[in-house]
Amino acid sequence: MTDQTMSGAPVNEKTRQPLRVPVLHMGIFAALLIFFLAAPFFLYPVFLMKVLCFALFACAFNLLLGYGGLLSFGHAAFFGGASYISAHAAKMWGFTPELAVLLGTGAAAVLGLVIGSLAIRRQGIYFAMVTLAFAQMVFFFSLQAPFTGGEDGIQAVPRNLLFGLFDIRHDRAFYFFVLAICFGGVLLIYRIIHSPFGQVLKAIRENEQRSISLGYQVNRYKLAVFVISATLAGTAGATKALVFQLASLTDVHWTMSGEVVLMALLGGIHTIFGPIAGAALIVAMQNYFAGFGAWVTVLQGAIFVIAVLLFREGIVGVIGKWLKKPL
Amino acid sequence: MFELLGIAPQALFGQLLLGLINGSFYAMLSLGLAVIFGLLNIINFTHGAQYMMGAFVAWMLLTYFGLSYWWALVLVPVIVGASGIVIERLMISRLYHLDHLYGLLLTFGLALIIQGLFRNQYGVSGMPYSIPPELQGGTNLGFMFLPNYRAWVVVASVVVCFGTWFLIEKTRLGAYLRAATENPTMVGAFGINVPRLITLTYGFGVGLAALAGVLAAPIYSVNPNMGADLIIIVFAVVVIGGMGSIMGAILTGFGLGLVEGLARVFYPEGSAVVIFVIMAIVLLIKPAGLFGRTA
Amino acid sequence: MNIAKPMLALVTGLLMTSSALAIDIRIGVLNDRSGIYADLSGEGSVIAARMAIEDFGAADKGINVEILSADHQNRPDVASTIARQWYDNDNVDVIADVPTSSAAIAVHEITREKNRVFIVSGAASSDLTGTMCSPNTAHWTYDTWALANGTGSAMVQEGFDSWYFLTADYAFGHALEADTSAVVEASGGEVLGTVRHPFPGQDFSSFLLQAQASGAKVIGLANAGGDTVNAIKQASEFGITQAGQALAGLLIFITDVDALGLNDAQGLVLTEAFYWDLNDETREWSERFEAQRGAKPTMVHAGVYSGVLHYLKAVEHAGSKDAELVMAAMRELPIEDPVMGGGELRIDGRKTHDMYLFRVKSPDESSGPWDYYEHLATIPAETAFRPLEDGGCELVN
Repeated sequence: MTDQTMSGAPVNEKTRQPLRVPVLHMGIFAALLIFFLAAPFFLYPVFLMKVLCFALFACAFNLLLGYGGLLSFGHAAFFGGASYISAHAAKMWGFTPELAVLLGTGAAAVLGLVIGSLAIRRQGIYFAMVTLAFAQMVFFFSLQAPFTGGEDGIQAVPRNLLFGLFDIRHDRAFYFFVLAICFGGVLLIYRIIHSPFGQVLKAIRENEQRSISLGYQVNRYKLAVFVISATLAGTAGATKALVFQLASLTDVHWTMSGEVVLMALLGGIHTIFGPIAGAALIVAMQNYFAGFGAWVTVLQGAIFVIAVLLFREGIVGVIGKWLKKPL
Repeated sequence: MFELLGIAPQALFGQLLLGLINGSFYAMLSLGLAVIFGLLNIINFTHGAQYMMGAFVAWMLLTYFGLSYWWALVLVPVIVGASGIVIERLMISRLYHLDHLYGLLLTFGLALIIQGLFRNQYGVSGMPYSIPPELQGGTNLGFMFLPNYRAWVVVASVVVCFGTWFLIEKTRLGAYLRAATENPTMVGAFGINVPRLITLTYGFGVGLAALAGVLAAPIYSVNPNMGADLIIIVFAVVVIGGMGSIMGAILTGFGLGLVEGLARVFYPEGSAVVIFVIMAIVLLIKPAGLFGRTA
Repeated sequence: MNIAKPMLALVTGLLMTSSALAIDIRIGVLNDRSGIYADLSGEGSVIAARMAIEDFGAADKGINVEILSADHQNRPDVASTIARQWYDNDNVDVIADVPTSSAAIAVHEITREKNRVFIVSGAASSDLTGTMCSPNTAHWTYDTWALANGTGSAMVQEGFDSWYFLTADYAFGHALEADTSAVVEASGGEVLGTVRHPFPGQDFSSFLLQAQASGAKVIGLANAGGDTVNAIKQASEFGITQAGQALAGLLIFITDVDALGLNDAQGLVLTEAFYWDLNDETREWSERFEAQRGAKPTMVHAGVYSGVLHYLKAVEHAGSKDAELVMAAMRELPIEDPVMGGGELRIDGRKTHDMYLFRVKSPDESSGPWDYYEHLATIPAETAFRPLEDGGCELVN
């Protein structure tokens, strides 16, 4: 029963080594941090910022799927909704970057609360479809609301002074701001997964009925993890809007919801680091193959199919199996 | 004549009739989804792409083989349905022992592949497909001009939908199908080949989508993206109807077409979201959907 | 990080011998290569740019020109990513084409920031030379104002003086409707009403019936792409054009007419900046283009050709590829080419030239593939575009 369900237990209990695993994880986090600190000096900073934003988005999404057992097909609503709010705040109200991101995050949290409280009434496939439908409502709203600029989106979003003091307009300076947010976000998710709250989530994922009989308010936990996931997805979207100085309909379209599922699935949904790897791979693929037009879509579809048929643990999941350690 | 909120009743009739025509497509597509879901427990995200394939294959038959619309009505569901059977055998059948969500993800990937391939091959401007000569022109109903083709779409859709309902609810084959949904092992023990039944059901559901595509080809632009956005509306229709019954899918499809028709008169800006709003309300009041069985 | 490597096409060799100039130019053709505008821009724009380089004889003049191309998928975020990389990493000097207003606005802003040159052919938004105008952008082929003006005023003059709009419910549709309404009213016509349809839409029949019930002489289609095609198809199906109402396409290209077929598209009135069958020169150029592309050029292709040709002339004139000098030379030099005729590049970035009003032929009138338009009128360059002072561009004065 390793992978009978989407929410199945990935870890073979015999190989679990509770003392060393956190050390390993911290080591990987440290290596990632060192890599990302050095990266802008030999890789293109805008590309790296895109990877970071999508890594946070994928991790936030995966908190819900991999650890909450809930497949949302509407996470674009939070990602895109927050990017509109943050872009609008920075451009029209002159908000500083950190406040714009904070406001976008807050908006995503509220949206997550509204959608989540309705969506958790259904399970499994219904849950996926309900989130999809709500995301579609957010899409139509974004298309028509005057402040979003319709199809043009909100363009030429300024990068204001950080804390009102520091000039971080240049890509490389801005990169470190983005790194701080995204890395912080991912660490927070890691912390949540390993908190008592995260343990209850796992219990619910494994056996909802038993958790109810143990006295847990299952729906409250589900709603809480939904809101947290939506909020952090919002943080990613709000940051991305400032990176590209643009908030557009792409961010709220349902294909974005599909993309984040693909990132998590490709990297490994039962892993901490999988979504990061998945996001990096998909973003790189989109960048390098931009010249091939619709073949990008075909390739993405093919990766989906292959991942579902042959590769359900994802890349990092497979590596974790080799190492006999949860990653 | 009295007027209702500033709209003459004649105009309202016209709009309701148009709503019914759209509802025909919703009904056929949600019916196909419901049939597939009923037996395979798979949400067929490829449904929109298969609807598009239906329209495209009709166009290909006409362009490359000179086969008319009427031939397409018969051949296309068979051809596209057969492609569905191949997909079911090669891929979907490997997922039955897993969480249903994997089926959703697989078919989502397939939809991306199919739409991408058609985009590469045919571009997106769309292909012209004319209304067959027998159905050109229209009838003046007094309150509106009804094109004969649209009338045909409603009739064809009603016949197909209720034919399917009859097949599943009232025949022996349908009884096997429903039994296999409830307890495949038991039905297998009676000597019925359940995997084949499942495969054929998928092919049938896909055939329904393709048939809707053929019906749509003369009135909507035949292009690779024609099913991409429609599928999400149909999903919402299915959520509102509830997955429990075939009749539910049919009635909800037609009903929501009517509601959308009304929205287009009274609040055109909101007509695209009205279905999603109804979905939210239904979920609040009756989480299993209007006709669904409570899980 | 070179996303364009796979598409990179080396156009002229490095065998420069005879010239004093030795300038390397990189032109990035950024457009839709897979989506709804792939047929009207796409690879055709790359072919057009290559033809401009050959016709200019860049190699003989000591200018090495390389073309890069990429697909922006009509997404502003993709367009902005590619444009940034082209400018930051690939030393691209000028980006050309860029259909879809949202994508074009993104490239427009980045080009200003990085101080390069942007030649817009595919995009429609007249804001590019209005409130958002930039010293680095030349808007070459058409814009919403020119289309609204051409179709709107010409139709009112022909007696089609009452309008009803079918408008795609987003910023672009609203802008097109507002521009056209203003022209219709200024020409003495009246606007009876408007209905906003969701974008993108499939079924327009109920909106069309509302338009029909209004009794207006013209139904103005303030939408684009697939929406316009579907609306026209369904108008023909519901007998709306046959019953005497005219359809006016406010943004429609020859490729859309080709996709619709003349049966459905006949009678449609539209404005374009170019048609292959205008005169001997356009016919000759279009034939060369067709030999490579397999289809007749659209006005967007013609604009890319004309724009790149003039850009290269300006580089030669300035003896430099510095954006400021080149843009100044582009404004200073008279614009003349066999495809789009004469015109000028204004201070707000608007390039002017004649626009043409066409009516789509009926299947009987057409002699075969691509014989689609009947020429109704020519709108002279001086009045075809928005007056300089009306755009709200801060570079004026």
